[in-house]
Amino acid sequence: MSLDGSLGIRVNGEHRRVMGPLSVAEMLNELGLDPLRVAVERNLEIVPRGTLDSVCVEDGDDFEIVHFVGGG
Amino acid sequence: MTAQRDIKADTWTVAGRTFTSRLIVGTGKYKSLEENAAAVEASGAEIVTVAVRRVNISDPTQPMLTDFIDPKKTTYLPNTAGCFTAEDAIRTLRLAREAGGWNLVKLEVLGEAKTLYPNMRETLRATEVLVKEGFEPMVYCVDDPIAAKQLEEAGAVAIMPLGAPIGSGLGIQNRVTIRLIVEGANVPVLVDAGVGTASDAAQAMELGCDGVLMNTAIAEAKNPVLMAQAMKAAVEAGRLAYLSGRMQKRRYADPSSPLAGLI
Repeated sequence: MSLDGSLGIRVNGEHRRVMGPLSVAEMLNELGLDPLRVAVERNLEIVPRGTLDSVCVEDGDDFEIVHFVGGG
Repeated sequence: MTAQRDIKADTWTVAGRTFTSRLIVGTGKYKSLEENAAAVEASGAEIVTVAVRRVNISDPTQPMLTDFIDPKKTTYLPNTAGCFTAEDAIRTLRLAREAGGWNLVKLEVLGEAKTLYPNMRETLRATEVLVKEGFEPMVYCVDDPIAAKQLEEAGAVAIMPLGAPIGSGLGIQNRVTIRLIVEGANVPVLVDAGVGTASDAAQAMELGCDGVLMNTAIAEAKNPVLMAQAMKAAVEAGRLAYLSGRMQKRRYADPSSPLAGLI
């Protein structure tokens, strides 16, 4: 964590800085994403939808956020 | 004997879920989400395959597939397209299960980009792990009766042999092996990949398959909605033809009109 309280994280391969403390649900909200339509992986582990509010974003976290798109 | 059969009463069941339509359609390659939704409607499909991809962080307001094809009305079958190892496929499906909230999935583990042929060793390995984790995998595979049996023994809830390479539109290349898989299987068998036009879909059904899965044949038709309608009719026609029990083939002619009473 830096002196200003911001956290350095990765979201879908891109570096971002977010202000902590915040939960994964709050991070999704900040990104403009509907938690009911996405799935979140944090450091290679699924974050179950029911725990999005209780899991905190930590400095250095690596997130993958996916949804369904057209495919065969 | 029933004179006619109500196609709506002719259902099939996979992993305890019963469906009327025997056509599963993909949702890739369409010009627009509107066209995609119209084609799904015309196909009568109750299941659509979908891919799992990163959300667009820079523009989260983009229209989404779920806005056009309602996952509450149409069963989403998440796939693992683009995965070349068991680990990638398993990781993708864990995310899919979290995003969608169900266990029925389509597993495909590809061996190479040129043919998109499945890597059966990785496919079998992934099937075993997924089944242990409570998934119900419908599995894309080679048209090999032995591989199909091994997948079934590993817990695949449906066997989905290719008719020809994905996106090729070549039609069913080996009717003999598809039929052998149908005869040996105790789970539904669906031709997945290779269908190009309506007669290919009808042929799959005439071989006794429980269903057909296709994407490109509809999406890349000049009129995808019309082709979707054609595929619906072809799958139903092929199914009815299979149930009716076709005539025996002969090597020579056999007149249809009586020979007696000729003037």
